[in-house]
Amino acid sequence: MSELVSELDAAGLHTPIEPVDATHGILLYLEEVTVSFDGFKAIDNLSLYIGDGELRCIIGPNGAGKTTMMDIITGKTKPDTGRVFFGQTIDLLKLDEPSIARIGIGRKFQRPTVIEPLTVLENLELAMSGAQRLDRLITARLTGEERDQIHAVLDQIGLTEHGGRLAGILAHGQKQWLEIGMLLMQKPRLLLVDEPVAGMTPAEMERTAELLRSLAGSHSVVVVEHDMGFVRSIADQVTVLHQGRVLAEGRLEDLQVDPMVIEVYLGAGDAYH
Amino acid sequence: MLLPHWLFSDRAGLVLLAVLAVLGVGVPILNLWVPPDHPLYLSAYTVTVLGKYLCYALLAVSIDLVWGYMGILTLGHAAFFALGGYCLGMYLMRQIGARGVYGDPVLPDFMVFLNWSELPWYWHGFDHFGFAMLMVLVIPGLLAFVFGWFAFRSRVSGVYLSIITQALTYALMLAFFRNEMGFGGNNGLTDFKDLLGFSLQADGTRVVLFILSALALAGGYLLCRWLVSTRMGRVLVAIRDSEDRARFLGYRVERVKALVFTLSAMLAGVAGALYVPQVGIINPGEFAPLNSIEAVIWVAVGGRGTLVGAVIGAVLVNYAKTWLTGALPEVWLFALGGLFVTVTVLLPYGLIGLLQRREKAA
Ligand SMILES: Nc1ncnc2c1ncn2[C@@H]1O[C@H](COP(=O)(O)OP(=O)(O)OP(=O)(O)O)[C@@H](O)[C@H]1O
Ligand SMILES: [Mg+2]
Repeated sequence: MSELVSELDAAGLHTPIEPVDATHGILLYLEEVTVSFDGFKAIDNLSLYIGDGELRCIIGPNGAGKTTMMDIITGKTKPDTGRVFFGQTIDLLKLDEPSIARIGIGRKFQRPTVIEPLTVLENLELAMSGAQRLDRLITARLTGEERDQIHAVLDQIGLTEHGGRLAGILAHGQKQWLEIGMLLMQKPRLLLVDEPVAGMTPAEMERTAELLRSLAGSHSVVVVEHDMGFVRSIADQVTVLHQGRVLAEGRLEDLQVDPMVIEVYLGAGDAYH
Repeated sequence: MLLPHWLFSDRAGLVLLAVLAVLGVGVPILNLWVPPDHPLYLSAYTVTVLGKYLCYALLAVSIDLVWGYMGILTLGHAAFFALGGYCLGMYLMRQIGARGVYGDPVLPDFMVFLNWSELPWYWHGFDHFGFAMLMVLVIPGLLAFVFGWFAFRSRVSGVYLSIITQALTYALMLAFFRNEMGFGGNNGLTDFKDLLGFSLQADGTRVVLFILSALALAGGYLLCRWLVSTRMGRVLVAIRDSEDRARFLGYRVERVKALVFTLSAMLAGVAGALYVPQVGIINPGEFAPLNSIEAVIWVAVGGRGTLVGAVIGAVLVNYAKTWLTGALPEVWLFALGGLFVTVTVLLPYGLIGLLQRREKAA
């Protein structure tokens, strides 16, 4: 019977979920990755390593390739060349988006994307790891454990009072948190967070920084962000991307006095100071 | 009352089911047991017209499932309706037996006329009612699955997908027009005599077909309502509103789409199969691209993404069509176009939306 169910696993995936092997301390490997769109190299021989439990910020001017890099890690875009590994053993280039999501990589989009006609709780439940099997789609009973997980996440993202509200009527910042909460429901090892504080008030930004900091350690977190104040408040390790490559890597204080980095940002205007 | 929660909270749906129950009991009484000179008497013709509306309503529900909930604007659903109709039509043809004009015990008249000497292989089995009923589900379902599998996997979506569904139904129409296909060419299948031994002309048979149409609509509605109330329903909404979000949450969007599209096509097939014995004919005109577009307009008029709206839209628009094509036949297409524009511009949530707004204001 369970065999039949997995055979009919319409929504889901049958492949056994391999545990991630991050014994060398590195969770994500990108090596010599290149992607071009109609001859234009959006990612150009990029190599990047994310440590297990690390919180890494990626900065870079518009069009630097930050979102494209996330597209590659999550299977949306297949690179022309290069290697992308999750831990020592899992070759991400062999997997598609749903499989990558299921092995523990969660992604927040640049534009907040929650399912607006559903309630906050329903959004979280939809994202719950294990909810994607066909038999679980039509017999949507939650176990006590799952209920607890949902409420823990609700609490973590500060939306406890809003569980029954429609996601569509949440404030902009709350939508961003809900989307992060949806990622947490997936029980990910790696979180990719694209511009989480765009359009947030300073108070909301502060709470977001707290949330992301609290996730580091038990998760690896990669944050793409333009807001330097925010970057300073969460990460000590920062990677600067420019024209599809790593321009510099290090502590933010050092990068801000790096002439090469200054040049790139001066070229892009004042927005980054 | 021990109603499951998903049905208990669906007030509009309960009203619909109650109306269907009243019709299912009332219409037979008014036709069979009220004397023909009584003002409340319903003629067999009226019963058949009402039955036809119910078949259209089931088609509309099947469209609303994929369009209203999953966001796929299908402009080819009449193809599945017609295929279901042809499957039942083939059974009805075989039932004629030697009573055809040419008196051939096996071959339908049009095959004798074409000088065919034996039944094509794909006509075998259709003399069994059970087999024909199975095909009513299998043929539309299989086509939808194969179509969906390839279209969704290659991530065709939006207006391109709508155009392909139009192409699908158009291609089928051209194919069924050809005599060599073995489905009666442009005349289609007609001159049916009886179904399971019951004469299609008899009032009793017509009443039973009407009741079956009401039951099929109720069943199709309940199936769709239940489905959209499960987590699967919320996945459909997620796919409609943000396909990428659903995919990056680990859902195999293509498979969900193919599965629901297939289910929907089967419902459309059942609607077609109930339609054919009531109207007495099925021909390639049922595959006309315009038919599918019209069906989508019914859903838009009633209010998409509500299921009940699809039923209301199908019945009202077809009632208007029956009336208008009788009174001013050349006006119908313009009226339909005008209706669509009006609804799109003024009533984005259809008639159901209008009712809900009135209710809130009150
Ligand atoms: N699918 C695509 N087809 C063609 N070009 C693309 C595609 N996706 C991205 N690009 C191009 O690749 C470059 C990198 O884009 P990307 O979205 O990764 O930048 P980004 O660093 O995220 O910028 P921003 O800060 O504005 O979000 C841009 O020049 C973009 O126009
Ligand atoms: Mg970007």
